[in-house]
Amino acid sequence: MSRKALIGLAVLILAACALPFFVSNYRTFQFTLVLVYAVALLGLNMLTGYNGQISLGHGAFYAVGAYCTAILMDRFGVPYWATLPIAGAVCLGAGFLFGLPALRLEGLYLALATFALGVSLPQLLKYDRLEKWTGGVQGIVINKPDPPFGLPLNADQWLYFFTLAVAILMFVLAWNLLRGRVGRAMAAIRDQHVAAEAMGVDSAMVKSLTFGVSALYTGVAGSLGAIAVQFVAPDSFNIFLSIVFLVGIVVGGLASISGAVYGALFIQFVPNIADEISKAAPWAIFGVFLIVFVYLMPMGVAGAIRMLLAYLARRGQNSSVPAGSARPSS
Amino acid sequence: MKPKLVPIAALLAAALASPAALAQKKYDPGASDTEIRIGNTNPYSGPASAYGTIGKTIAAYFKMVNEAGGINGRKVNFITYDDSYSPPKTVEMARKLVEQDEVLMLFQTLGTPPNTAIHKYMNSKKVPQSFVATGATKWNDPRNFPWTIGWQPNYQTEGQIYAQYILKHKPDAKIGILYQNDDYGKDYLKGMHDGLGAKAKTMIVKEVSYEVSDPTVDSQIVQLQASGADTFFNVTTPKFAAQAIRKAYDIGWKPLHFLNNVSVSIATVLQPAGLEKSVGLISTAYLKDPTDKEWANDAAVKKWEAFMKKYYPEGSLIDPSNVYAYTVASTLHQVLKQAGNNLTRDNIMKQAASLKGFAVDTLIPGIKINTAQNDFAPIESVQLMRFGGTSWVRFGEVMGR
Amino acid sequence: MDAFLHQVIAGLATGGIYASLALALVMIYQATHLVNFAQGEMAMFSTYMAWTLINAGMPYWPAFLLTVAFSFVLGVLIERIIIRPVENAPVLAVVVVFIALLVILNSVTGWIYTYTIKTFPSPFPAEPIFGKYVTSHGGGAIGVTLVVLLLLYAFFRFTTLGLAMRAAAQNPESARLVGIRVGWMLALGWGLAAAIGGVAGMMIAPIVYLDPNMMGGILLYAFAAALVGGIDNPGGAVFGGFLVGVLENVLGAFVIGNELKLAVALALIIGVLVVRPSGFFGKVLVTRV
Repeated sequence: MSRKALIGLAVLILAACALPFFVSNYRTFQFTLVLVYAVALLGLNMLTGYNGQISLGHGAFYAVGAYCTAILMDRFGVPYWATLPIAGAVCLGAGFLFGLPALRLEGLYLALATFALGVSLPQLLKYDRLEKWTGGVQGIVINKPDPPFGLPLNADQWLYFFTLAVAILMFVLAWNLLRGRVGRAMAAIRDQHVAAEAMGVDSAMVKSLTFGVSALYTGVAGSLGAIAVQFVAPDSFNIFLSIVFLVGIVVGGLASISGAVYGALFIQFVPNIADEISKAAPWAIFGVFLIVFVYLMPMGVAGAIRMLLAYLARRGQNSSVPAGSARPSS
Repeated sequence: MKPKLVPIAALLAAALASPAALAQKKYDPGASDTEIRIGNTNPYSGPASAYGTIGKTIAAYFKMVNEAGGINGRKVNFITYDDSYSPPKTVEMARKLVEQDEVLMLFQTLGTPPNTAIHKYMNSKKVPQSFVATGATKWNDPRNFPWTIGWQPNYQTEGQIYAQYILKHKPDAKIGILYQNDDYGKDYLKGMHDGLGAKAKTMIVKEVSYEVSDPTVDSQIVQLQASGADTFFNVTTPKFAAQAIRKAYDIGWKPLHFLNNVSVSIATVLQPAGLEKSVGLISTAYLKDPTDKEWANDAAVKKWEAFMKKYYPEGSLIDPSNVYAYTVASTLHQVLKQAGNNLTRDNIMKQAASLKGFAVDTLIPGIKINTAQNDFAPIESVQLMRFGGTSWVRFGEVMGR
Repeated sequence: MDAFLHQVIAGLATGGIYASLALALVMIYQATHLVNFAQGEMAMFSTYMAWTLINAGMPYWPAFLLTVAFSFVLGVLIERIIIRPVENAPVLAVVVVFIALLVILNSVTGWIYTYTIKTFPSPFPAEPIFGKYVTSHGGGAIGVTLVVLLLLYAFFRFTTLGLAMRAAAQNPESARLVGIRVGWMLALGWGLAAAIGGVAGMMIAPIVYLDPNMMGGILLYAFAAALVGGIDNPGGAVFGGFLVGVLENVLGAFVIGNELKLAVALALIIGVLVVRPSGFFGKVLVTRV
């Protein structure tokens, strides 16, 4: 990454750290949710944007992570931070296991399979044989963690910093992964999987692992979300959640790490804006927003920013060429 | 002497004036000399958006109240947000209402999961979570959750009433139950089980559920008939209730049929099902159905219709949710009136817990609203009724408190 | 045995519902190689148009025909105005536009017509003529679905227009080179799919009652049905619809109980797809490297 980009990133992180001290607790809570969604979208983007496997059911992995945390905290008294790796591991396994049979499915068929997963999970969560663990339709209420070591923060601020730290860690790991050999293998499979296999990429392994890692990310996001909201119930994880995630990565920008953050901001705040505009049909307003975004920025916000930066760079280059000297042909 | 008498006389006069006017003005955030801010969340989008009309009717009600001068001279500012029936969104909106909009109280937040999500938060913040729009039993728990109070007759009680009727009039019944697979359906189920007590195991021969996403419940009705049940407890929302009533008739199954109170509207359930197919249905009532000929000339229903036409003209005149909303808004109106100038959250809860024999004219005659410090279930009385082909005919006495 | 038979018959009736919408999905796929998630809501909206006409006094069949024509025009307009601007965008962006369409149609319909259920008339007699387990409408709706199926099959198999449409979807560049107006083929495909959806909606509404959320669950099953039967095969889609309907009913009544039948039915469908990735009757696609 260039120096400019690194400095920009540092400024961003500093701003993020300063945020809770300048806004109300309620806004801090909202931004905690933005961070949670950003991690979830990063997971989905890995699978769909970088690896080309469409998933209409990632809400299911979010739910699995959330319920893992809730069950561990409520039934077994596990401290909140310890539930994250466990939830992550469970989702990694679940994603990998789901990805294996999904290897045979492409495009539309995979979409159906993941859609089916997203639709069925609430039913499973409500199943009364599992009610002892899942709380059935009533769900599970969990307690908000208090800041440790007596830090002078309130619960909302502590939760924000905790989530921020986990999010930064997850983003760094993803960046590393996607930049390296595995990332290139993923993209190769997406673009030309036959050629990729001919080059020696173990397509089956990469695809299943991508599913697993993607599920891990979204699952950890689910855990963080459950801790922030302090409640899990089957109604929180219906098919619309999966659809909203998909919308998020498209609006934010496919195959883009920063896209996850833009997408998270979109899915957290735009429904509220739509609600302010019209109580009569808020979804209709949200739909109009979606169409406008896709028309103006078909490559997502990240894509649009990339194009803008490239345009500015080109203009900078052109203006630095002195008039009269030989210009290279474009 | 004289000039001094006037101010002293004025003071005396003021001191002897009505206690309410002289009562110390006490305000918590959300209340002032000119306004009372009330917060609410409702599903205006998403799978439960059919209930969003409740929030709209309540907004219209308070618009009417404001035009008539407000409550004790203060305008009601009813702030409502969409939560899409999603608990995380409800948490976010409730926090916005309490922490950012600084409302005095929350009113008629809708749905059991959304209300469960904010239950602890509201009580820890000591902000009233008043007259919640769900029939779950757990809102009547003043000892542990003194800031939360329900309103409508709860589902478990209704289930128990039907159970008792069956035990009394048809003790050898074979009962089949169709229920929606969520908290509403399961609450009714529990009520029937509890009401039957030890005999539940032998009397209930089949329980089948359905999801809101199912296109029809025809398969479930066929299953119930096949089980040999001769008594049917129908816990479905309007669309599925109509389907169930029609299918049962069409396949020639004629059980003793109990219909849950949520789906008793003539225009939105029984007419689509077929009036002749609905004869003999038994249910309970507490609200007047504006589409029932029984109330065709009723002054209260006419007043409600005039209100709808003026303040919420795009609202449906056949949707019972709009009568429900009007009635519960009237209840809050009464509580706020009773609170007078003492608009603290504490006093709001105190007044909400001091409704004695309060009747709204859109309630069935005989149904009264009663609350006390240990009784946070405002409406506990209902009356059984049977459908005669054109109207619901009430029978028996008004049961409950 | 009696009970089993009744469930199968009920399953065939619901299967007819899924099959009719699945045909619309097949149509749109054949024309555009995309699955339109808003197909259900468009069908629901068309049905409300029909309801408005009938409520205003128009007799059933004129209202039916007018609605089919209106749905066709609506489909063409949507393609020209809303989908065209994004035809070069990534596929997922187009999917997001479909989702936006779904949400807008659902919300606007609920706002205009409210959410109380409405009865929709049936052109078939009220008395059951197939025995008391199937209403005449249930049987009639299956009949209408089969007629639409035959028309669709004939269209794609025997007409030049149908061939041109399939060519435009499969290989737009080559199609243009032979003189096919690809843009108008797409619009035509959308129009036909919307018209089929309108017919489906008008057959479905008398059974399930008309309300804005009528098509949500049906779309899922129709999608599964279309894929399991073969997304490019109208006959397969209809077969898939009946299969899904019967499977769902039988699983719910005899095997797994109603709480899990959705999950199990879908799992089975996916199992079929894993074994036969193109569905029962779909064409196996071979991609060139």
